Amino acid sequence: METIDTTTIDYQHYLTAPEIAAIEHEASIMETREAAGIEALKVVQENRGWISDESLFAISDLLAIPIAQLEGVATFYNLIYRQPVGEHVIHLCDSIACHLTGLDAVLAAIKQHLNIEYGQTTADGKFTLLSNACLGSCDKAPAMMIGTEHYQHLSPESAVDILQQLAVKGAVNA
Amino acid sequence: MPESISYNNLKPLTQWVNLQQPLSFDDYCQVGGYQGAKVALEHSPNDVLDIVKNSGLKGRGGAGFPTGMKWSFVPMFKDGDENAPDNKYLVANADEMEPGTFKDRLLLEGVPHQLVEAMIIAAYTIGANKGYIFLRGEYHLAAKRLQQSIDEAYQNNWLGEKIQGSAYSMDLYVHCSAGRYICGEETALINALEGKRATPRAKPPFPQVSGLFGKPTIVNNVETLCNLPHILKNGIEWFQAIAPNSDAGSKIYGACGRVKTPGLWELPMGPTLREVLYDYAGGMQEGLQFRGLLPGGASTDFLVEEHLDTPMDFDSIAKVGSRLGTGGLIVLDDKNCPVAMVLNLMRFFAQESCGWCTPCRDGTPWAVEVLNRIEQGQGKIQDLDTLAKLCDFMWIGKTHCALAPGAV
Ligand SMILES: NC(=O)C1=CN([C@@H]2O[C@H](COP(=O)(O)OP(=O)(O)OC[C@H]3O[C@@H](n4cnc5c(N)ncnc54)[C@H](O)[C@@H]3O)[C@@H](O)[C@H]2O)C=CC1
Ligand SMILES: Cc1cc2nc3c(=O)[nH]c(=O)nc-3n(C[C@H](O)[C@H](O)[C@H](O)COP(=O)(O)O)c2cc1C
Ligand code: SF4
Ligand code: FES
Repeated sequence: METIDTTTIDYQHYLTAPEIAAIEHEASIMETREAAGIEALKVVQENRGWISDESLFAISDLLAIPIAQLEGVATFYNLIYRQPVGEHVIHLCDSIACHLTGLDAVLAAIKQHLNIEYGQTTADGKFTLLSNACLGSCDKAPAMMIGTEHYQHLSPESAVDILQQLAVKGAVNA
Repeated sequence: MPESISYNNLKPLTQWVNLQQPLSFDDYCQVGGYQGAKVALEHSPNDVLDIVKNSGLKGRGGAGFPTGMKWSFVPMFKDGDENAPDNKYLVANADEMEPGTFKDRLLLEGVPHQLVEAMIIAAYTIGANKGYIFLRGEYHLAAKRLQQSIDEAYQNNWLGEKIQGSAYSMDLYVHCSAGRYICGEETALINALEGKRATPRAKPPFPQVSGLFGKPTIVNNVETLCNLPHILKNGIEWFQAIAPNSDAGSKIYGACGRVKTPGLWELPMGPTLREVLYDYAGGMQEGLQFRGLLPGGASTDFLVEEHLDTPMDFDSIAKVGSRLGTGGLIVLDDKNCPVAMVLNLMRFFAQESCGWCTPCRDGTPWAVEVLNRIEQGQGKIQDLDTLAKLCDFMWIGKTHCALAPGAV
């Protein structure tokens, strides 16, 4: 893998003005700039899909957070992607209520339909499949989240239906 | 209050829940909203503290710690005292991620103004001028609705400078997390809010003395806080009369798994497990038998048929060897394999361990491995010994936070 020359990454050239403004707003409501780190990661991810090394360096530069610490934060959270992901990221709940109500069949149907395993992205770049801890839909299990949408009462058929519709519709967050 | 009103039909927390379209500021005021905060501002913080203490309210985040007592550990200062910290903080714990728990989501999405009002009361009492709602990243709808409510509260001078002409000012923000169970543990949550890696801190010092940015901080669960407007508005006697023979007040109970009607119900504290399972959740689905349940989320201990007449309050459930936790039943039926269920739970804890303490970091995946073998029919009798040893190894007092004992 190529190493990145961090000295060449300066946030002003790398981040867009709206990104910087959004991050500065977050920094202004916290007591320290460090505390805006997680929000900054989310802002950049929303625009760029995932957090590349360059993005990480740029945020570290803007907020004056040591890079190792920011990386520790970025890799700690399930909703920060440190690798490229598909247009739609499927967060399928694999916790207990979903397990008891038919998760296995839904998972098998999704894997078969997309021809991928957990952690993989489809060849056309449309979908990434991830597991997620309890989504708070336990009374309407099984459940998954794609973008900001929550889908509940899944069956193998309904899950595949949803994916088919998304595949034609394009990005939910766009 | 007139005698004719049955206390048992009162559902203060969920009465105004509307998931389609939560009440706007004006509509919330119409039904008595912000009256509790008004009462609070008319009293001294110390008086409000006494009211909360005497109400008997206990924390609904799972541990059941008395709320008033917790608040009383926050140091209070007279105006102009040079030892006073420049700020104190109130944080609503809305990180709800305990598998099988979905009660706070109902309050956050269904009646967001209630939490805003509650936080004004709590922050005023402990002398905090800043509050944060620590919201799990997956609750997008709640984030939107909370922000709308906060904006409306600012417009109507329930937040900001000199609230309703009083000398008290307060700012309130929503912080959206990014998905990690351990962030719900209050000291991990504080680290997360500071932008650090969210590992728990060693206690003591407790956050009440040294919390967010090293300042006195109270972290309370969403449901705990949402009781406050009603206690202030209706009084201690009213609150205690809701459940005269149990812990004070009402509680949101839930059930999931293959029961007929999974869901949430606000009930006076202390219905029996049987009542919640059969009268509210409708019993098991057609063709399935009841095998056992976890009474309050994934981190609580299994209970079976013989325990079903236990009332769901903090002490009674503890007496039969489990914990009330968050009050959401996870129900196991006879067609689901119990080993697979335990494996699912253990996998969750292994994945969510923050990795700080060796017993938890290494013990949880080890248990997953052993359970995996058993589930695939390749278990050996020694495996049971290993599991027993692991359980001892991860028990209370050997780790920094309650995740590992919860897993056991
Ligand atoms: N709602 C949810 O999603 C989840 C809830 N839980 C629940 O969390 C519970 C464990 O939480 P913990 O915070 O570890 O419990 P804990 O008993 O250590 O603390 C409970 C509260 O009381 C305070 N407290 C306790 N002892 C104190 C003392 N001596 N002095 C001053 N303050 C004191 C703590 O600061 C905290 O706010 C479990 O019972 C579990 O059911 C666990 C996971 C998720
Ligand atoms: C691993 C772990 C996760 C927790 N997650 C939550 C949570 O999501 N929500 C919550 O209110 N409390 C959670 N708690 C409990 C908090 O540490 C704390 O006891 C609670 O927020 C205090 O609020 P209360 O006094 O109002 O109950 C968790 C505890 C542990 C050990
Ligand atoms: S018990 Fe587990 S989750 Fe809790 S601090 Fe230790 S390693 Fe982290
Ligand atoms: S266990 Fe899947 S939504 Fe709660």
